Amino acid sequence: MLAYYLRLGLRSLRRNPVLTVLMVLAIGVGVAASMTTFAVFRAVSANPLPDKSSRLFVPQIDPWGPQARIDGSDIPDALTYTDAMALMRDRKGARQTAIYPINHTLIPDDVSREPFHVDGYAAYADFFPMFEAPFVYGSGWDHAQDDAHAAVVVISSQLNQQVFGGANSVGRSLRLDDHDYRIVGVMADWNPRPRFYDVNNDDGFSDPPDFILPFTHAVDTHTDTSGNDLCRGTTGRDPGWDGWLRSGCAWVSFWVELPDSTAVQAYRGYLQGYVAEQNRAGRFHWPAKTALFDLTQWLQQEKVVPPATRMSLLLSLGFFLVCLVNTVGLLLAKFMRRAGEIGVRRALGASRREIWLQFLAEAAMVGVAGGVAGLLFTGIGMLSIGLVFDPDIARLAHMSVSLMGLTLLCALVATVAAAFYPTWRAAHVQPAWQLKSN
Amino acid sequence: MQIKPILAAMRRHKAGTILIGFQIALTLAIVCNALFIIHGRMARVSRPSGVNETNLFVISNVWAGNLSDHETAVQIQADLDALLQLGSVEDATALNSFPLHGSGWDNIIRMKPDQIHMTTDSSIYLSDDHTLNTLGVKLIAGRNFTANEVQALSIQTMASWPVIIVSKDLATLLFPKGDALGKQIYATNNNTPSTIIGISDTLQSHMMDSDDNAFAYNAVLVPMREVGSGYIHYLIRARPGQLAAAMREAPKALIAQNRMRIFYANDGEVTFAKVRAKAYERDYGMAVLLVIVSAVLLAITAAGIVGLTSFWVGQRRRQIGVRRALGATQGDILSYFMTENLLIAVGGIVVGTLLAIGINLWMVTHYGVAYLSGSYLLVAAIALLLLGQGAVFAPALRASRVSPIEATRTA
Repeated sequence: MLAYYLRLGLRSLRRNPVLTVLMVLAIGVGVAASMTTFAVFRAVSANPLPDKSSRLFVPQIDPWGPQARIDGSDIPDALTYTDAMALMRDRKGARQTAIYPINHTLIPDDVSREPFHVDGYAAYADFFPMFEAPFVYGSGWDHAQDDAHAAVVVISSQLNQQVFGGANSVGRSLRLDDHDYRIVGVMADWNPRPRFYDVNNDDGFSDPPDFILPFTHAVDTHTDTSGNDLCRGTTGRDPGWDGWLRSGCAWVSFWVELPDSTAVQAYRGYLQGYVAEQNRAGRFHWPAKTALFDLTQWLQQEKVVPPATRMSLLLSLGFFLVCLVNTVGLLLAKFMRRAGEIGVRRALGASRREIWLQFLAEAAMVGVAGGVAGLLFTGIGMLSIGLVFDPDIARLAHMSVSLMGLTLLCALVATVAAAFYPTWRAAHVQPAWQLKSN
Repeated sequence: MQIKPILAAMRRHKAGTILIGFQIALTLAIVCNALFIIHGRMARVSRPSGVNETNLFVISNVWAGNLSDHETAVQIQADLDALLQLGSVEDATALNSFPLHGSGWDNIIRMKPDQIHMTTDSSIYLSDDHTLNTLGVKLIAGRNFTANEVQALSIQTMASWPVIIVSKDLATLLFPKGDALGKQIYATNNNTPSTIIGISDTLQSHMMDSDDNAFAYNAVLVPMREVGSGYIHYLIRARPGQLAAAMREAPKALIAQNRMRIFYANDGEVTFAKVRAKAYERDYGMAVLLVIVSAVLLAITAAGIVGLTSFWVGQRRRQIGVRRALGATQGDILSYFMTENLLIAVGGIVVGTLLAIGINLWMVTHYGVAYLSGSYLLVAAIALLLLGQGAVFAPALRASRVSPIEATRTA
């Protein structure tokens, strides 16, 4: 019977090709707009480390006091060097690392090659196991090397390809600016998106770091942060590198791994205790605020999902809604025009159920056609999202099998849903009335 | 035109009436907010930077190898001297950031050292005695920096800035009476005052976020060299007609000075026109997208009206025939359908206006956009009224041509 209904539907759709094309295009455009913006939204709001995000935390300490917050600025989203080092020293988490972004000039051994710019991070040994960084060769360094301020480096597979042609470079040396580093590990392709551990400096979607080296060594070599230095709340500092380290400027990111809720409670208590101790020591003169965000809360706090992505998603959903309302109207017109035909079928013994099936089958065909049109438009949308979104973000959205399936499904479900009311009206046509008037 | 019979007829096809009305309402709400956003974006795109953008280009440079602060400052001066030697170059300056750049350094500005609230926020341009001339920005009061006043500044040195030049807008904001020249303000991190020795004509900030719109024309010029490890931007004004030549020669001249440097990959050397295009790319893209969305929405709504009205006309051919037979003119029939649509559209517009305001209020709280002004509602409402009348015209005309004979045909 379904095959027969599909044939009937096809015949009816062919009868007003303009109306049919109009419905199909409206659904196609509506679903494509929603899918394109959804793809972007899904990419930017993804959890970068789903199996671990609830165990990774960012502690925050207010180094400036309530006065600095009057202008609406909140606690700085980084720690001062002093506080970060205190937290590192106390090691109250299962794992912890202070991090800051740095850049260097890589000077190739081969003098015929031009030096080039590399971006990376200064971090502690726990960085690698804590963030589950995968390695192709070697591994990260250990705590002893942190303490020894060792000149070691972990490089990305991309940099390894560029400098060593992809060979195992562990044990070889790398010259960054005026210092030589021994390579201890080569990471596999690894770039969690958003790059949660640096969203306070970066949009979170840029290229992966080229290298990671010990924090303690970076500080020894007076390497500046290439990220933000938040100094607004401070009132001056001593000159020179030591003055900079001792200043109230916040520029060090800090991550701590806490295995369970007891550990989280304990860490909150520890932070409060630390601040109280700073108060006693006379460094803070106010009841300083502390905070502890888990990874997902941190991404929200840092507004990693750009407002434009959410706004465009809502806009396109509104757009899709208009397309659907339009479809309801057109289907209603289309179905009710055939009131006579329905009357005859009902009089000849078709049940309401049969009418329902027949018209929903017809709507489903419109839905599938709309879905196919939607796939085409989504493809076009994917090519043009660079117009509206930052290239870092635009390149994250791509046509995947799941997105294609979702496009078809959305078009089908939405159209069938839109057909409910018109079909209900059709199924309730009074056969007697129709037969009488004809 | 009697409205009563139209309303009575509408009651007979409530669903279609509500659907068209609802569609008009949603379209109005979306188009209206879209227009508002488009207008905002285009206003941003067309605002002036204050810079004379023709014949100006940028080379972004980062140092390879660890130069000391002093060595860097010496190198920058040597670079600038080398650039000025080029016949195609009219003037050149070294800056930490520049208008439209997007990233840079901004500081809060205060009038007193013990002031808690900031007075405003401003771009800090680390600049030199050639900056204003290179940018093509006039000095409207006071004096320019002298070459001797230019000091070196790195991230860790906390220098005082005894003399500064401020942009016209910042001067007016800080000193509404127009007596900014010679006054002191607090713009540094270390609580030392700076004396305003000059006021420049309009000069845009580097800040491009829409959150920073209030500070868009605040700029403080400080006579300092950025000698940190970050980028230094050479802004170079070519002699008229020699932009291409200058852009070819300048990087070579810099490399000849010292090859231990890296030019920023994508815009190692870019014209200021490209800087502007890149700065407003997203705004422009968003505006284009919203124009397309609005146009498609209006088209779909128009098509929906055509579809449903055609259906009604088809459904009522007999009644129209009867009315024609009873003496209604073609004009009467035409105006019947036009009026019917007008009534539905007005209903839709009323609901849509409320919806549009609701959406706007929601965006105000969540995205910090401004309040929708009534003119957008008015424009969108008129557009939808005209659209409805235009869309209904063809089916209504067909209805008016129904012959009185139809009355006798069926049944």
